[in-house]
Amino acid sequence: MALTLMKGSEAIAEAAIRAGARFFFGYPITPQTEIPEYMSARMPEVGGCFLQAESEVAAINMVYGAASTGARVITSSSSPGVSLKQEGISYCAGAQLPCVILNVMRGGPGLGSIQASQGDYNQAVKGGGNGDYHLITYAPSSIQEAINIFSFAFDKAEKYRVPVLFLADGIMAQMMEPVEMPEMVDFKVDPEKKPWAATGWKPGDDPAKRAVINSLYINTEELTVHNNELQATYREIEKNEVLYEAYLCEDADFVITAFGTVARIAKSAINELREQGIKVGLFRPITVWPFPYKELAEASRNAKALLDVEANEGQMLQDVKLAINGAKPVEYFGHCGSLMPTTDEIVAKILEMKEGK
Amino acid sequence: MSVVFEKTSYLTDKPFHYCPGCNHGIIHRLVAEALEESGMGGNIVGVAPVGCSVFAYDYFNVDMLEAAHGRAPAVATGVKRAKPDSLVFTYQGDGDLASIGTAEIVHAAHRGEKIVTIFVNNAIYGMTGGQMAPTTLVGQRTTTSPNGRDEAWCGAPIKMSEMLSEVPGAYYIERCAVNNNANILKTKKAIKKAFQYQMEGKGFCMIEVLSTCPTNWGLSPVEAMKWLEENMIPYYPLGVYKDKGATK
Repeated sequence: MALTLMKGSEAIAEAAIRAGARFFFGYPITPQTEIPEYMSARMPEVGGCFLQAESEVAAINMVYGAASTGARVITSSSSPGVSLKQEGISYCAGAQLPCVILNVMRGGPGLGSIQASQGDYNQAVKGGGNGDYHLITYAPSSIQEAINIFSFAFDKAEKYRVPVLFLADGIMAQMMEPVEMPEMVDFKVDPEKKPWAATGWKPGDDPAKRAVINSLYINTEELTVHNNELQATYREIEKNEVLYEAYLCEDADFVITAFGTVARIAKSAINELREQGIKVGLFRPITVWPFPYKELAEASRNAKALLDVEANEGQMLQDVKLAINGAKPVEYFGHCGSLMPTTDEIVAKILEMKEGK
Repeated sequence: MSVVFEKTSYLTDKPFHYCPGCNHGIIHRLVAEALEESGMGGNIVGVAPVGCSVFAYDYFNVDMLEAAHGRAPAVATGVKRAKPDSLVFTYQGDGDLASIGTAEIVHAAHRGEKIVTIFVNNAIYGMTGGQMAPTTLVGQRTTTSPNGRDEAWCGAPIKMSEMLSEVPGAYYIERCAVNNNANILKTKKAIKKAFQYQMEGKGFCMIEVLSTCPTNWGLSPVEAMKWLEENMIPYYPLGVYKDKGATK
């Protein structure tokens, strides 16, 4: 199949549509506004619905409503907007509604900047909204990888009845890359497969099939049962859905951990260091929740030390340290805000570690 | 023996949790009867957000969604856009609709969203135990206005029906009460009309129903009804505020 040169935001939007998404609710915010713009033109062509909401709060609640009918629904935003969505995301998680949320991260805190950042890692994987819940969280590092993940993201969301979060950044949304698009999926809501959904019920029908989409369990015992069910689902996801890439880790003296765009920068640094005869590898979580703890420990078993590189204060560093559990040194390099770590900086940091500084 | 009254099957058999004298019971029955009479059975979705009526999913015998505080109009928008042929309604209180959910209700009306909102206004936060609402009357004592609502400090009560009738996308707005038989019948008629408009694909409809909260007003059910008639109705006049479908 021929490759097409596409802008990240548009390629991601098209991939969502090809995966069966027919409802998009969103609000403009840089650097992801091209996604709603693309959706506004494309959704009518495929018989879908694009609706510009009055706020990100409203948008995620529209997602809640449409997902309750069993439809494939998506919303996108960028960091401050995703903060506004957290209430609704927690409700979606509590009510077990499958849906997809995109966060095209920009610099923070507060209004921050409109440039790329990775500052929302903790928000994405350690909570965000209230209560004990998780989202399957994918952190693709190329446009093609994002497209590929979309081809199964809705299936995963529906299988486990959990929201799926894409953690991208402004660079991925704004850059262009040659990509291959999958065929259009023919998705229709099947009430048999989604007995929980509001697909139509009247008095006299099977009482078990009346939809009650709800996250309220006022009775403590019932809320405990509900939470135990959610936790059991999360354990299943941890068992089955971990994705990662290990690049040149086998013989590496130093393993760099990085996700998303930063992992690509790290890869360039690794190639440069390899040319100098220094054995460096990359471990890149593709799912940042569930985090590949065991896989990272295994991939870095021959390494002397690890270097975590991020475009934030070292938020994933905590998970890397949990994986390594004190067995070897773990260092961090990165910048907060929107300053991307450079290849030269990463090379210099590894050389410093090698010299034992 | 002939049956003179039967509970509609659009209410479940679960006993209401509402306090004695609360008007939610009457309003629930009217909505459920109107749902049955709409003929849309098998294709109805209700949305009830946080508030005393958050448990409405236990009572309305149709597909039901609980929603976050104030967000029901946005949730209902998602449902209606995904299932345009269904009958979709929200059931919201005044703390919910007139305070935390003002953006959602205004913009659902603004888009001309084809949903029906049942807005139960009892001038107080009931579920959390009687705090001041945007609809609380001037001088009315609540747990957060212990000396009575002070207009200079926190404004005069907001009139949602009047306000929403100015939104171009709103199709039909009426304020009702269930304080006597005549008004109960009028309320039922208004709800039915709103459902009818939605089935005809007209636009956003809201029926505001003035209601008592004897528990948090600190009055007996009978005294509360009298208080509603003497204080709420004069400030919140009953009537049709907008009806784009009215024959001229």
